[in-house]
Amino acid sequence: MEKRVVFQSAWLPYALLAPQIAVTVVFFFWPAAQAVYYSFLVQDPFGMSSQFVWFQNYKELFTSSHYLDSFKVTAVFSGLVAGCGIVISLFLATQADKVLRGALAYKTLLIWPYAVAPAIAGVLWAFLFAPSIGIVTYFLKKAGVDWNWIINSDQAMLLIVIAATWKQISYNFLFFLAGLQSIPKSLIEAAAIDGATPLRRFWTIIFPLLSPTTFFLLVINIVYAFFDTFGVIDATTQGGPAGSTQILVYKVYYDGVKAADLGGSAAQSVILMFIVISLTVVQFRFVEKKVQY
Amino acid sequence: MVENRPWGTFLAHAVLIIGVILVAFPLYVTFVASTLTYDEIVNVPMPLLPGDQLLENYSQVLLSGSTKGSSAPVSTMLMNSFIMAMVVACGKIAISILSAFAIVYFRFPGRNFFFWMIFVTLMLPIEVRIIPTFKVAADLGILDSYLGLTLPLIASATATFLLRQFFLTIPDELAEAARIDGAGPMRFFWDVVLPLSKTSMAALFVILFIVGWNEYLWPLLITSQESMYTVVIGIKRMIAGGDASNEWNLIMATAMLAMLPPALVVMLMQKWFVKGLVETEK
Amino acid sequence: MFRKSLFAALAFGIVSTVAQAQTEIQFWHSMGGALGDKVASLAEQFNKSQNQYKVVAVYKGSYPESMTAAIASFRAGNAPHILQVYEVGTATMMAAKGAVVPVAKVMKDADVPFNPKAYLPTVAGYYTDSKGNMLSFPFNSSTVLFYINKDMYKKAGLDPEKAPKTWKQFQAAADKLKAAGIGCVYTSGWPSWMHIENFSAWHNVPIGTKENGMAGLDTEFKINSPLHVRHLTMLSDLAKKGEFTYAGRGNQAEAKFSSGECAMLTSSSGAQANIRRNAKFQWSVNFIPYHDDVKGAPQNSIIGGASLWVMGGKTNNTYRGVAKFFEFLSKPEVQMDWHTSTGYVPITQAAYELTRKSGYYDKNPGADIAIKQLTNKPPTANSKGLRFGNFVQGREVIEEEMEGVFTGKKQPKEALDEAVKRGNEILRKFEAANKG
Repeated sequence: MEKRVVFQSAWLPYALLAPQIAVTVVFFFWPAAQAVYYSFLVQDPFGMSSQFVWFQNYKELFTSSHYLDSFKVTAVFSGLVAGCGIVISLFLATQADKVLRGALAYKTLLIWPYAVAPAIAGVLWAFLFAPSIGIVTYFLKKAGVDWNWIINSDQAMLLIVIAATWKQISYNFLFFLAGLQSIPKSLIEAAAIDGATPLRRFWTIIFPLLSPTTFFLLVINIVYAFFDTFGVIDATTQGGPAGSTQILVYKVYYDGVKAADLGGSAAQSVILMFIVISLTVVQFRFVEKKVQY
Repeated sequence: MVENRPWGTFLAHAVLIIGVILVAFPLYVTFVASTLTYDEIVNVPMPLLPGDQLLENYSQVLLSGSTKGSSAPVSTMLMNSFIMAMVVACGKIAISILSAFAIVYFRFPGRNFFFWMIFVTLMLPIEVRIIPTFKVAADLGILDSYLGLTLPLIASATATFLLRQFFLTIPDELAEAARIDGAGPMRFFWDVVLPLSKTSMAALFVILFIVGWNEYLWPLLITSQESMYTVVIGIKRMIAGGDASNEWNLIMATAMLAMLPPALVVMLMQKWFVKGLVETEK
Repeated sequence: MFRKSLFAALAFGIVSTVAQAQTEIQFWHSMGGALGDKVASLAEQFNKSQNQYKVVAVYKGSYPESMTAAIASFRAGNAPHILQVYEVGTATMMAAKGAVVPVAKVMKDADVPFNPKAYLPTVAGYYTDSKGNMLSFPFNSSTVLFYINKDMYKKAGLDPEKAPKTWKQFQAAADKLKAAGIGCVYTSGWPSWMHIENFSAWHNVPIGTKENGMAGLDTEFKINSPLHVRHLTMLSDLAKKGEFTYAGRGNQAEAKFSSGECAMLTSSSGAQANIRRNAKFQWSVNFIPYHDDVKGAPQNSIIGGASLWVMGGKTNNTYRGVAKFFEFLSKPEVQMDWHTSTGYVPITQAAYELTRKSGYYDKNPGADIAIKQLTNKPPTANSKGLRFGNFVQGREVIEEEMEGVFTGKKQPKEALDEAVKRGNEILRKFEAANKG
């Protein structure tokens, strides 16, 4: 879509674009280029001496079982967060679509977790599940479950999945609700007249019509689990125990900031860049309408 | 629902109520914990009814932070968060609306190039360039400052795209009329485009304010002085030791304060919020 | 008449401008809460005692955070004058020639008397280079100690005044405590510091070659020796029997002890202050246990904590101020004040003597156990301390492998071999980066 009517000016458009482009170059492109550059170096933290080592950092990463473990952890984590988040919110949305009374109240009450920062969500759930004093831990112990996520990797993963998913339920819920409400009632009525049960109607009509929304949410949730959950992990498990909750982005931070391994962290950043680019391409090609001029 | 099935509706309500309870449960426990004393929390099980320390805990954290970990007053942190969120939200909207206007309403050499340049930044979330961006900020001398908290975050491709989408729907007749009247582009911008964009800007503002308020990784890196902490990372820094020696009552009080402004924005501006969410992803 | 008042006015003007032209010295530290208040008061005392220099103490977050901030600021030409760096960062700081100025040089250039021999040998040795020059100023040093809950001992039928001295006795006590129904028998803070690093020094075995890294960058880890494997296996067996409760990599275990949950604790000597304040039971602090069939054990333990480094690129005037501040901090009275209010060990012999004479240790039994353990025997090459490059990462690797054992994923020998392999990779990287 092009505008028929445009303005002409030799300098105005550039002036208007200048702020965004300036910030973008200084704080996006220049650092990204530096990340690529650093990934080819091995240097001491103070920058006093550095050595050019070509692809050695990358080679070390791909032969390190810990980096590959981090891939696995990230895949498991994002799969769980996206999967659970979508299933639970879809279920809630279908129920909300049914009720007429109190719909607005339910909506208001269910969407506020979106406002909670991931880090705070992490702190809240860590408090509930704290090995010594958590209230949920107390009930779990009464039920015979020995809950101590500090030493049990599966439990640690469960904790961060719960915290991360809890936050996303509201977001997914809103989209599903909007999607459900845009399905023409006539389609559903027609199927009902034909004798289809509610369950049948859901699987054969509603779910397929929702698939663009579902796919879109899948990509969004995966990106969320990859990146935005940094706060959840930093506020709770910090990648432990034994690296079992160390997702890729956390490893980039840890290696770069805490361990001062600039070359390795930069190489990981570059690899993450490739992953994001692929995910964004997928999102725009298959989900959005093509970006038009 | 097509058939009238009272049982089905009842079930739906039941499910929704359970959903609401599960979603609200952590919030409730947090609130209760923020009204208890430290000893009451540490003595398992913690009481599930609110205690009487509301005033004490909240005034303690607001005025002088926690006593074991970070002792920055939460009131300062709330102010920092507020400044950051407002500046980032308003800044993003201001910058993006200018860029979107330029891209849509002008034809000039390099237009496509700049457009794609902005698009590419969608692929560069801060997490993939944290260390070098930190270094740039350090070199510019803006560590531990409001400028450092806000400037690197202030260009948003999403906002630019949203506004661009919206501008494309503005009828051409309006621009034509402006041209005929002899109005220059900026006049057109002020008198026509801006007023029309009000709802989009409001929707964007809600989303961007929340995102800005909840920023975690960037403020974590760029602030090391207590007076510059935002409330979201201040909470993390209060967690000094193991889970029994943290002052959970104070931490929970701080968490309540940290959640309040964005939650209020979401609930009060719900209409715009929903519109904003749904629009930003088109 | 006119001349006199003009002269007086001039003199007044000069004096007041000199008084206002105090040289500021930026001091970045990581002491939070009450400790931070104490640091602030020390700075204030120094500032009040003279009017040439003003030390500005700033809390910059945890040790890793403030180090990152300082490094970034240094690269931007904006570093503080004094930076508190934790022990695991020592090698990184030492290798940064040009970025830091050795303390010995700072003191000498400023003509401030400075005698390295006045410092406790284990403390000084950690921060001294191979030529005997002290590189950083020891400030807050601690060591690892063994705490027991005397009430729980009584309950289990054990003599509360006889804390186990050897690991054999420890295991016997643990069994009895478990049998008496105590849920958490033993827990530990800083698992690597206690069970690998201090363990090695206490038994006079190396943590790494080249004097634990002090004599060369080409050091290699040696923590997978049969003795280390045997010790980690013992811990793993305790965990399996439910007699060892793992509580994380930091000091989370301390709260479990002071709350009365766990009967025995090994953790920093700095935990005493909190335990004293919060424990509602009788407790005692003791030497850490040792294996009595190892020759040379018990040797001496090594320090943890942090020291103060002087950053490079500043003016001579400010360095003089730094030297004066360090001179102030070395005074026995100041040392005693810091030691008694924080639980960190006194760093000089004189401070130790002064504290002893004041009767503090009589009034607070156990407050001098830390020093006694540090000076148990004159340090050997294995027990002077350690200096491994990028040891922040190194220690985390060791702890990760230990966690693998405690979660039941790995066998002790396998875990320690892996820790050595990964640890050596990190050391080689550091060596390569600092060759120039």
